[in-house]
Amino acid sequence: MNGVIQNREAFLGKIAHRLERERKTNIKRPEWNYQPQDAVLKNATQEELVEVLKEQCKNIHTDFVLTNSANLPHSLKEVVNGFGGGSVVTWKDERFAQYGLSQLMNEDWPQEGVDLHVWNHTKKEENIEKASHANVGITISDITLAESGTVVLFSSKDKGRTVSFLPATSIIIVPKSSIVPRMTQAARIIREKVKSGELVASCINFITGPSNSADIEMILVIGVHGPIKATYIVVDDI
Amino acid sequence: MAMKTSEEKFTDRVDKGIHDSFMRSAVSSAQERFQSRRLLAAQELGNWEDWRSHGEEIRQHVLENLDYYLYELSDNVAKRGGHVYFAQTAEEATSYIQNVVEKKKAKKIVKSKSMVTEEIDLNAGLEKMGCEVIETDLGEYILQVDDHDPPSHIVVPALHKNKEQIRDVFKKNQGYTKTEKPEELALHARQKLRHEYLTADIGITGCNFAIAETGSITLVTNEGNADLVAALPKTQITVMGMERLVPTFEEMEVLVSLLTRSAVGQKLTSYITTLTGPREEGDVDGPEEFHLVIVDNGRSDILGGEFQSILQCIRCAACVNACPVYRQVGGHSYGSIYSGPVGAVLSPLLGGYDDYKELPYASTLCGACTEACPVKIPLHELLHKHRQVIVEKEGRAPISEKILMKAFGLGASSPALYSIGSKMASPAMSLITQGNKISKGPGPLKTWTESREFPAPNKYRFRDWFNNRSKGEEQ
Repeated sequence: MNGVIQNREAFLGKIAHRLERERKTNIKRPEWNYQPQDAVLKNATQEELVEVLKEQCKNIHTDFVLTNSANLPHSLKEVVNGFGGGSVVTWKDERFAQYGLSQLMNEDWPQEGVDLHVWNHTKKEENIEKASHANVGITISDITLAESGTVVLFSSKDKGRTVSFLPATSIIIVPKSSIVPRMTQAARIIREKVKSGELVASCINFITGPSNSADIEMILVIGVHGPIKATYIVVDDI
Repeated sequence: MAMKTSEEKFTDRVDKGIHDSFMRSAVSSAQERFQSRRLLAAQELGNWEDWRSHGEEIRQHVLENLDYYLYELSDNVAKRGGHVYFAQTAEEATSYIQNVVEKKKAKKIVKSKSMVTEEIDLNAGLEKMGCEVIETDLGEYILQVDDHDPPSHIVVPALHKNKEQIRDVFKKNQGYTKTEKPEELALHARQKLRHEYLTADIGITGCNFAIAETGSITLVTNEGNADLVAALPKTQITVMGMERLVPTFEEMEVLVSLLTRSAVGQKLTSYITTLTGPREEGDVDGPEEFHLVIVDNGRSDILGGEFQSILQCIRCAACVNACPVYRQVGGHSYGSIYSGPVGAVLSPLLGGYDDYKELPYASTLCGACTEACPVKIPLHELLHKHRQVIVEKEGRAPISEKILMKAFGLGASSPALYSIGSKMASPAMSLITQGNKISKGPGPLKTWTESREFPAPNKYRFRDWFNNRSKGEEQ
């Protein structure tokens, strides 16, 4: 259902009046004179982008793990154990099965006493409850930005937005094929979807490492309102 | 807190700032760190001037076509089920939000950092209704727990407080028992606020950039507080200054890159989030109801006039971090939530000359702000314009030569200091310089130069000065 818009005409009329012209009802998006963003990591290979991402992880207090599909279950298990195991929350995402993680998630972890909660929208508030007490949240990057070390997550009913905020630590699986030079490419991918008529996800998170703050005497504190630690596991899916 | 943060006289505020030695050393070390990180982040790109020019052309295009983009934005928000309220005044904005609060029977409200909600004094309006309003940005939370101490910096609001003071504030008002270590202080706030996000009825956020094409809003933080404010309460209200929007995701991306590099020297901050409408069907988190309040509050009066370019501002505070006067007098001296050069330009425009006529004089016109601005706002020229307007209106500068020098904090007490300060002056000064003397000073210099000449500043770039000074070299 459409929302309600109030007071628009008078408000926009005043703007047009101040700009000393009629209201504008149609304009073309301009051809910009400058496009400096295209120069960043231009022509970099996928291997080079992985290296850039790895280096950037050092700046953003994020552990970087590189693995292949066969070893992903082992790597993920190790990182979860490194964070202290306990309770884990993940999205409901078929990519986990595609990456060969079904056995770990459905058999090994339950046996080892790792309490796994897979986001289930029919369980409503229980998801939030689980996520807010979880030690680890696991998500999968939809687009990854090498330059800034950023993962991009699109929300949906199976991909709760708080999985990457409420748990104490965050693990993000990064498919190597998802890595692009910078935010420019992500913005264009999103725009292409919009132009083709797709609805943009109600929440898109561009996440760059764990939460932090320098609000007290400019001293950096890692782990404020969101996760205290973060690890990216890059999996070679190409 | 309204835009105005103090009833004290400008000179008294400055005097306080100049004598607050912790604040001054905190500000100067913060400036040095911000400056060097910003310069490094800009340098990394290699073509920073092109980035600035691109930022400028985007912002100018949006301002020239503001009615069009606001129309498109509001249409697209509504298509996604969000409500849009256009508020001409602070009062209209506050009363709309009060209505939503009333309808929701809300008692507890969590907020993420938003300068425009400070500007319209929203918290007071909500507290008057009996609501508990909780700021969640760590710096703002500290100020709120300390009986609403005003912010002193746009990006680091509690910059003027040291960790011992913060510990004592938590101890006195919240029974905090741990030490002054920043980690422990932050953990305390994390634990307190976790509970608040989960139990709040409404979340209120600001908006760094709205995206017209998709009806989205963009939030930029490092702490992740804005995300929890927007994800957990059932109702979300986002308040934005009417100029804070871009055509599409592509321009948002450019401005966010400029913002994070200029504000904190990061390629991107930890959390950049675009939110579009309320939650989708089936979603468990995200708000059930979304309201976007678009605020004019004096901005349209700036449009179409000689100060229009100040509306290009993306609130990065790079100008604040570059300003030698801010360095001396600190944020509270400005008496406005908007401090530094941007505050000195914007506060008189939004709040009137009666309250803020001294602010355009809180500048050496050295141009460091203009040079730092990622969207190329000619800040020092706008400050100069203000002085012209004020002198025309009042027939004289509102502040005496002696006080002005004191406000510089670079002058009266020591000629050596003045000579350092004046070396920062830029081509702006050349307009009024004859030979090596200033004979027709702008604004406050006018009274001075009526009876004597002012030594003209040498041409010397602020950046060079700053670098040399950091290295402790003598000028």
